[in-house]
Amino acid sequence: MKTASSFLELEERRRLVPVWFEGGELQLPEGSNLAAAMLAAGVGTFRYTPVSGAPRAPFCMMGACFDCLVDVDGVTRQACMLEVTEGLRLSMPRKGRNVIDADN
Amino acid sequence: MQITDLVIIGAGPAGMAAAATAANVGLHVILLDEQPRPGGQIYRDVDRVAPVRGEMLGKDYTDGLSLTAGLDHGNITHISGAVVWAIEEGIRVLYTADGRGGAIEAKRILIATGALERPMPLPGWTLPGVMTAGAAQILLKQSGVLSKNAVLVGSGPLLYLIASQMIRAGTSPLALVETQTQADLLRALPHLGGALRGWRYLLKGLTMLSEIRRAGVRRYTSATNILIEGETAAEDIRFTADGKTRHIPCDTVLLHHGVVPNTQAARSIDVAHHWDARQHCFVPNLDDWGGTNVETVHIAGDGAGIGGAKVAALAGRLAALKMAADLGAISTIERDDTAKPIRRSIAQELAVRPFLDKAFPPAIEATKPVDATIICRCEEITAGDIRRHAGIGCAGPNQAKAFSRAGMGPCQGRYCGLTVSNLLAEANSATMDETGYYRIRPPLKPVTLGELAEMGGSVNSATN
Amino acid sequence: METDFAIIGGGVVGLSVAWGLLKRGKRVVVLDGGDGSFRASRGNFGLVWVQSKGIKQPRYAAWSQQSAAAWAGFADELSDATGHDMSLEQTGGYDLHFSGETLTKTVAQYEELKAKLDGNYPYDVLDRKALLTEEPEIGPKVVGAILHHQDGHVNPLKLLRSLADDVRRLGGRVLNEKTVTDVRKSDVFTISCADGSHVQADKVILSAGLGAMELGPKLGFKAPIRPQRGQVMITEKLPKIINRPSLIARQVDEGGVQIGATNEEVGLNDGVTQPGLSGLASEAVAAYPVLAKAQLVRSWGALRILSPDGLPIYQESPEMTGAFLVTCHSGITLAAAHARFLPDWLEGTNVAPNLEVFSEDRFVIS
Repeated sequence: MKTASSFLELEERRRLVPVWFEGGELQLPEGSNLAAAMLAAGVGTFRYTPVSGAPRAPFCMMGACFDCLVDVDGVTRQACMLEVTEGLRLSMPRKGRNVIDADN
Repeated sequence: MQITDLVIIGAGPAGMAAAATAANVGLHVILLDEQPRPGGQIYRDVDRVAPVRGEMLGKDYTDGLSLTAGLDHGNITHISGAVVWAIEEGIRVLYTADGRGGAIEAKRILIATGALERPMPLPGWTLPGVMTAGAAQILLKQSGVLSKNAVLVGSGPLLYLIASQMIRAGTSPLALVETQTQADLLRALPHLGGALRGWRYLLKGLTMLSEIRRAGVRRYTSATNILIEGETAAEDIRFTADGKTRHIPCDTVLLHHGVVPNTQAARSIDVAHHWDARQHCFVPNLDDWGGTNVETVHIAGDGAGIGGAKVAALAGRLAALKMAADLGAISTIERDDTAKPIRRSIAQELAVRPFLDKAFPPAIEATKPVDATIICRCEEITAGDIRRHAGIGCAGPNQAKAFSRAGMGPCQGRYCGLTVSNLLAEANSATMDETGYYRIRPPLKPVTLGELAEMGGSVNSATN
Repeated sequence: METDFAIIGGGVVGLSVAWGLLKRGKRVVVLDGGDGSFRASRGNFGLVWVQSKGIKQPRYAAWSQQSAAAWAGFADELSDATGHDMSLEQTGGYDLHFSGETLTKTVAQYEELKAKLDGNYPYDVLDRKALLTEEPEIGPKVVGAILHHQDGHVNPLKLLRSLADDVRRLGGRVLNEKTVTDVRKSDVFTISCADGSHVQADKVILSAGLGAMELGPKLGFKAPIRPQRGQVMITEKLPKIINRPSLIARQVDEGGVQIGATNEEVGLNDGVTQPGLSGLASEAVAAYPVLAKAQLVRSWGALRILSPDGLPIYQESPEMTGAFLVTCHSGITLAAAHARFLPDWLEGTNVAPNLEVFSEDRFVIS
């Protein structure tokens, strides 16, 4: 998992808890905004679009753009509207490239 | 089904102020908000964050504490994490929270859903690493996360605020690439007189600008031909300024050229809107109290037209007074007397707006992008697609949506609607009001079929 | 403005007929409504469908079959001209059943119809096990399905766009944002619009969907049509989970699962309701349980254009010779027939289809 982040996280005393994204473990501050924590942990691409397969990452951080979608237990959710909880298992939305593969 | 006097959608300044005002005169209020904690975008998470980073974020942020404090009232039920997906008959609000559906029936509804960043479709704006300036603000406020190598692009005072906050946090932006021109400033000068009544805002702006200058952050103005490049993420930005092509390698590009009312909820219940030429956006048709053509529904805050956080809170109070009087909780005399000083404050706060609107207009190359630029992020539709569809009979955005898929994705057109209307108006030589906007339907935000199924219904209801 | 044919209504029905006439060298003007008009062409379910149609009127079943059979050629020709594929798939479609009783009853009706159609009604009954091999995501409440081999689906918005594009390419003139206020006939027809413009035509086709309720009587038609609301919804884009379409759900070419539709008598109200959407969601989740976790991203109400018996109306005006009413609620299924065969009927050639059973004579005004 990529760890070099282009973001700087100011010191905040929060407990780090394990979260899995695409099978890799991240240590994220418990209770923090999930999208922000993933960015700070160096996650560059959150998903690939189902239309062209282009990479996407958070854009608006306020629940309006739907670019930070992740898969939580089979449901597509906005990472910027979730909080970090211990043991959260995330993946890129199951749609995406496989739709394109199936069609072509 | 829960029953109450007033449902407020959105716990930003307008929603919080309205809730407190209504509760204080005896109304029962349910306040629905998508976030885990109140504050909206401007005061995001202020209760938790103010003690940690209040100093860096400034008084304009910590001022939100007085509004969140007002929610501590027996008549107010604040439901956090509540995503409103439909409003029915002007009295019923449907939402989901924790994976379950909920419904509230109320005598009055206040829509206080605030603003969105004006869409800024530039080549490369869909790349990871490109975000709105508002997103950067939210990252900093709520999470203490800042970009290490950022370029700020566009126009407006928010860019200066973010730059100064980044400087204070020790991660200066690489540059400000501003699209407004000297001519824009000249057009704004006649409004300076009015703006001086709001001198605090001007002073704040000048202070921020000198802070940026002292930190040695380069400002380019009148920037054109802006292009964000990168393979799988933003790697650099190119643009033309002072007649030269510039090139700045960076990790993050923050876009901003103003904010516009988030009209999704209001449009979904057929509240009438019109084009505001000064603010370059659609705004709802409202009376002096925020009342709409739907008798039971009021709108307050930036969703009613951009005025900023202070005006939003004041307008929230006005709307609450009107609804309280409608429901008999106060007399109309009491309503009008209380409203008078509020209206004076609103006029004072709005004095600076005409100057700002002229000095920092939207970037033309983002309101009328070149053909190859993606304008609908969800469905990846380009400006050229929309122009081609205008040529086969799309007078308005709804036919263009059917022909192109622009606006059909999960964001429901929030980040393409204005661009599509702009492009069609230009191609058809029509006004924005003639061109119109997407018809917004539920769900305002996606809802799972499982959640929906559990709410109960029928496919053959004879009447409804 | 003068033309051979003026077509009032620029939806799929009007444009299909326009396209067919243009292919025969006719001059055509289409008068279309505005961006906010009621448009079944934008709200329909996209089925090219045969089964269950014409149970009481075999001629309707046969007309639908004739159109379904002509669809592939029609789609190819449109795609070649416009460069856009319409995602037509005609590999059969299902009528899913949650009870053995309804399944048996439906099969009995199909057998009766099959006999009247000289055996041309190719379908198979799939029990649960057979259905599961075709549709692995089918839920435990589904007992079986009727797979009709003449059924299929298409992207109806791509059809609308391709027609709008190719009608112009073929020289058709399409006038947008027109509200027709009156039609008069002397030597030729004069069509007046609300904006003060006029069109003169030798013949007029009224294919204005629900607009015919008001305009029909002015041209001497009974036009006994009414709106019936169908609420429809669509999910986010999903990996392939549904192979063939059914009346409950179909997976569109872009990946979303489209779910429909309610049948509601609510007049000219094209809104959506929570009970309607919840009802659709329940049925879809019962049919395909995996959909419970799918996000609904859009919903809409569209108004069907229904005649009293649900069949199309093809009628020349008894008062104004040369004026024709063309209206139906299956404009997608019948698009190929309207493009390929209806022009012969409009021109009265010797190969014109026999559409007598679809005339207004069948409606007695009480």
